[in-house]
Amino acid sequence: MDTFVFLQHYWWFIISLLGALLVFLLFVQGGQGLLYTIGRTPSERDRIVDLLGRKWELTFTTLVTFGGAFFASFPLFYSTSFGGAFYVWMLILFVFVIQAVAYEYRRKPNNLFGEKTYEWFLMINGWAGALLLGVAVGTLFTGAHFTVDRNNIVQIGGDTVISRWTNPWYGLEALLDYRNVALGLAVLFLSRILALEYFLCGINDTTIRERSRRRIGCAAVPFLLFFLLFFVSLCLSKGWAVDPTSGTVTVEQYKYLHNMLQMPYVSIPLLVGVVAILWSIWIGWRNGSRRAIWWGGSGTVVAVLCLLLLAGWNNTCYYPSLSDIASSLTIYNSSSSEFTLRVMSYVSLLIPFVVAYIWYAWRAMSHPPRTDSHREEADTY
Amino acid sequence: MPMDADFLQMIDWSRAQFAMTAMYHWLFVPLTLGLGFLVAIMETIYYRTGDPFWRRTTRFWMRLFAVNFAIGVATGLILEFEFGTNWSNYSHFVGDIFGAPLAVEGIMAFFLEATFFAVMFFGWDRVSRRFHLASTWLVAIGASLSALWILVANAWMQYPVGMTFNPETARNEMTSFWEVLLSPVAINKFFHTVSSAYLLSAVFVIGVSAWFLLKGREERMARASIRIATIWGLVFALFTALTGDKSGAVIAEVQPMKLAAMEAHYEGGAKAPLVAFGVVKPEHLRQTPDDLFHFKVAIPGMLSAMSYRDVDAYVAGIDDLLYGNPQQGILSAAEKIERGKTAIETLAAFRAARKAGETMRADSLKALFNPDTEAGKSFLENYFAYFGYGYLSSPEQTVPNVPLLFYSFRIMVGWGMFLVLLMLIVWWQNRKGTLPRHRWLLWLMMLAVPITYVASQAGWVLAEVGRQPWVIQNLLPTSAAVSGIPSGSVVVTFFLFLLLFTGLLVAEVMILCKQIKIGPDKV
Repeated sequence: MDTFVFLQHYWWFIISLLGALLVFLLFVQGGQGLLYTIGRTPSERDRIVDLLGRKWELTFTTLVTFGGAFFASFPLFYSTSFGGAFYVWMLILFVFVIQAVAYEYRRKPNNLFGEKTYEWFLMINGWAGALLLGVAVGTLFTGAHFTVDRNNIVQIGGDTVISRWTNPWYGLEALLDYRNVALGLAVLFLSRILALEYFLCGINDTTIRERSRRRIGCAAVPFLLFFLLFFVSLCLSKGWAVDPTSGTVTVEQYKYLHNMLQMPYVSIPLLVGVVAILWSIWIGWRNGSRRAIWWGGSGTVVAVLCLLLLAGWNNTCYYPSLSDIASSLTIYNSSSSEFTLRVMSYVSLLIPFVVAYIWYAWRAMSHPPRTDSHREEADTY
Repeated sequence: MPMDADFLQMIDWSRAQFAMTAMYHWLFVPLTLGLGFLVAIMETIYYRTGDPFWRRTTRFWMRLFAVNFAIGVATGLILEFEFGTNWSNYSHFVGDIFGAPLAVEGIMAFFLEATFFAVMFFGWDRVSRRFHLASTWLVAIGASLSALWILVANAWMQYPVGMTFNPETARNEMTSFWEVLLSPVAINKFFHTVSSAYLLSAVFVIGVSAWFLLKGREERMARASIRIATIWGLVFALFTALTGDKSGAVIAEVQPMKLAAMEAHYEGGAKAPLVAFGVVKPEHLRQTPDDLFHFKVAIPGMLSAMSYRDVDAYVAGIDDLLYGNPQQGILSAAEKIERGKTAIETLAAFRAARKAGETMRADSLKALFNPDTEAGKSFLENYFAYFGYGYLSSPEQTVPNVPLLFYSFRIMVGWGMFLVLLMLIVWWQNRKGTLPRHRWLLWLMMLAVPITYVASQAGWVLAEVGRQPWVIQNLLPTSAAVSGIPSGSVVVTFFLFLLLFTGLLVAEVMILCKQIKIGPDKV
């Protein structure tokens, strides 16, 4: 494998890792969606918002970094998807903006819209944020309606746009593909499971803990149904393969199944990740275990990472074009130059350091679990 | 295919949407940048003295910081993604270079801010005093680090360096990260922008403290805050002036049209005067080419001195840059358009040859884009350097909005100079202990807050409108950078976000006012 090809694979790995961390951190969104289900009194809701409020920025930052890293490493995807699936991305941005202010403004006096409005902002973000991100990620497997023609840039006085969307719904059509919706719903219910496990770990109140424990079962059933629907359909569906030498794209039946068989170093951890999620559900639901979030979180990161690797590695088109097969995006034809990927790779060496200080700060802030006496002293949301 | 009406509207609406988002973003960011450091300084005093007064003061300003912080983060998210949603061609054309600073910003700065913000705000009674203090400093440093990377990216748009054009991928590709990071425009832009933000935060602290003094409340906290803010503000007011002066020299070098437009300097010449104050006449009222102002106060030779450090230096005017000036070696815009067209046609010929499998012809054309060959050097310098001009249909398109730039520049500089004086007076009166007696001064300190925000916005208007018609100076005009979506889509989301941001801005101002009214003793 030459250096450039290695770097393209490396950067797809980094993107997948950031995507996986983002899905894990969507437990914040999951918790917001459960605000009224688990928090039945104002003080219970305050407690939940206070707990999630200390983590929302990490989810937000991971989303921003995921976007920035995608831009830097695969700019053609950035220009094609964001510039085409306009409505989906704008909707995602909208629901994240209303989240960002909701934590800070919700209980502040004179906040113009009232506490309930900000709680609705959190709920909308909790449902729509996770669902839409899942649907958007689904298109990495199912494809989208676009064409890419670099020759357009030389059309003086004409239409110079390189990446064009060929569907008048500009991204909303992704909601018509059941596989995208299934993945979106799987991500949504997974985020709720993780949130419930996080409540078990971070809140001492027995009522909230018991409610969370029972609710895990309610979220687990739809999660398993939608995840299985997506996963089985993925295994049985066609995929888009690329010849790395000629760049020719062809349709291959059972491409993702082939990827799993040909890349055991991806499919085995994928299986392990899924088992870890299932185990977390079991110990969370049965015993209300505080450790469930650690199993669920690490399982999610591993499973999503491997799922995304299936989309881009093994000569697979990670963004198939349903309008023009030759326009499909691969890690080879959409990446930055070797020089840029190399520079970015040096920067990526900072990631373990970043993870380490997040871990350190998180631990420092997590002990001991919250009690009312602490709440009186500290600033709260 | 000619540009249709919807496409032209799309360009305007995309510009409007980006400008709206950027202006809202810049309403919140400067306060975050500067107030973070002021809070860190106050907490350091608390750490060293153990005096509960400083803990109470720190927590008061920290609470205002937190209210402002969240909305700055939210508007920043939109900005990043709008590069893709509204400017997809741009994202492709320069993503290889422009994306890197954004990614580095995320990895190096955003996580730092996000992680330690939680400790800073919620960790008072959970972590040690030392760890808390370190967290507060790290949030402030993280915010400025984040500013560094996004300003490096912006500077690259004003002065594209450290790259080469790859005809195979039809995009610019990075060849030197250090050239991108350390370009004179990047360095100067970073220091000028953050120092102006630090100054703004000082004005904010002074304005809020003035309110307490007017109300006869929290005098000790107000005076202690003013003492820190005036010193901080004075240092950065002077530094802003210094870097602003350097900016003038850099702009003269790399963006001469921007300089000429912001000075309404039409006719070039040596000993060029600087119009300190004036009212520009609209074009239709001008009787002669020299009849540019209703009135003006000009300082002879000052523009030459500021631009080239030489009162006798020749400063190119808008007419020179538009129609050319062979004596000064300035090409006309029409000539640049022709050269740009040649560069684009050469790229088209290369791509056609490559597609047709004419390898020899393709390779010889490709060599023209290679800076390591003689032919390449010459082609890049004489033709590709004007690549973006090839998309323009008339030379007049190269002139940005002169009155808007002229006034923006004067608002920014004029108010900035006044702030030096204000900081000195307030510091002196505060030191003497006579500040509460001068109610007019307290009112002026409060009034300075909104005006400083206007001046700060004017700075960005100057920087961004002054770059027009370019997204990337000389290489890509705005019209060739947009996404291929209908203008209606942008119009809908423009108003959606305008409504949202305006609502959130009103909410923020109301919350801030209430928090100030409540004071340091939280209810």
